[in-house]
Amino acid sequence: MKSSWWKYLCVFVLTYTVIAGFLMPVPMLEILHETIRNLYFHVCMWFAMMFILSVSLFYSLKYLNKPNEDYDIIASQTSYVGLVFGILGLITGSLWAKYTWGAWWTNDPKLNGAAIALLSYFAYVVLRNAMDDEQKRARISAVYNIFAYVMMITFIMIYPRLKEVDSLHPGNGGNPGFSKYDLDSHMRLVFYPAIIGWILLSWWISSINIRTERIKRYLHNQ
Amino acid sequence: MMFLLCSIFASAQSVSNPPVEMADQMRSNGKIYVVVGVLVIILFGLLTYLVSIDKKIGRVEKDIEEFKKGK
Repeated sequence: MKSSWWKYLCVFVLTYTVIAGFLMPVPMLEILHETIRNLYFHVCMWFAMMFILSVSLFYSLKYLNKPNEDYDIIASQTSYVGLVFGILGLITGSLWAKYTWGAWWTNDPKLNGAAIALLSYFAYVVLRNAMDDEQKRARISAVYNIFAYVMMITFIMIYPRLKEVDSLHPGNGGNPGFSKYDLDSHMRLVFYPAIIGWILLSWWISSINIRTERIKRYLHNQ
Repeated sequence: MMFLLCSIFASAQSVSNPPVEMADQMRSNGKIYVVVGVLVIILFGLLTYLVSIDKKIGRVEKDIEEFKKGK
């Protein structure tokens, strides 16, 4: 394997997450019960998505600064992986909501915000597929990627935190923040490594996609 | 690793006196470990698959490098 120490770390940390995530003690809370353990899985999907989409934005900016085809490859492949993690976050969140809030989908600003953010990244995929000219596609999608990222940050990070907006999520609308549960030092012991593990996994999958795409472009240019 | 497992088991046992209903029954008859086992197997299966894809790509990259040199 290519430059693999962090891949071993990823395997180790994710294994630890699954084992400790199920067996470590958690705070006993009404409604949540054992589902509080979803913190190690559902919430980490969003962390991984945020990370990998930030990488994507970074390479889009780099492309606009200096049009290098490789930057376009990295930006596009990472945003596809980010979309996958976002969809997983949305589905797992929906399942969790069903058993704690009582509905698959609520009008929670975080849910709708996440859905809008994902739609703007779907549009990114559609936009890319709609253009044949490689340089034009790279430049336009790099510009669009900045817009999509701003939409994502606005709808996931800012909009649900507005004072006028009520949310069922912890830390919003008068609900206690997860940091309060996090104060349980046992949960921190799993949660922080879990974030690192899932982020590493998202980068691992992206790197495989990036290498595949590089080969594809090389063969295409022959 | 052993220390880690011991501490996990020790702390898992200390979850008692439940005002809130948790998966105590599953824990007391030990079956939660079956679920953890299944998940670890699935995770390992998927990660092993990822490693094999990684290696496959590595081989193709090598082929391409040789092709470039040969040209």
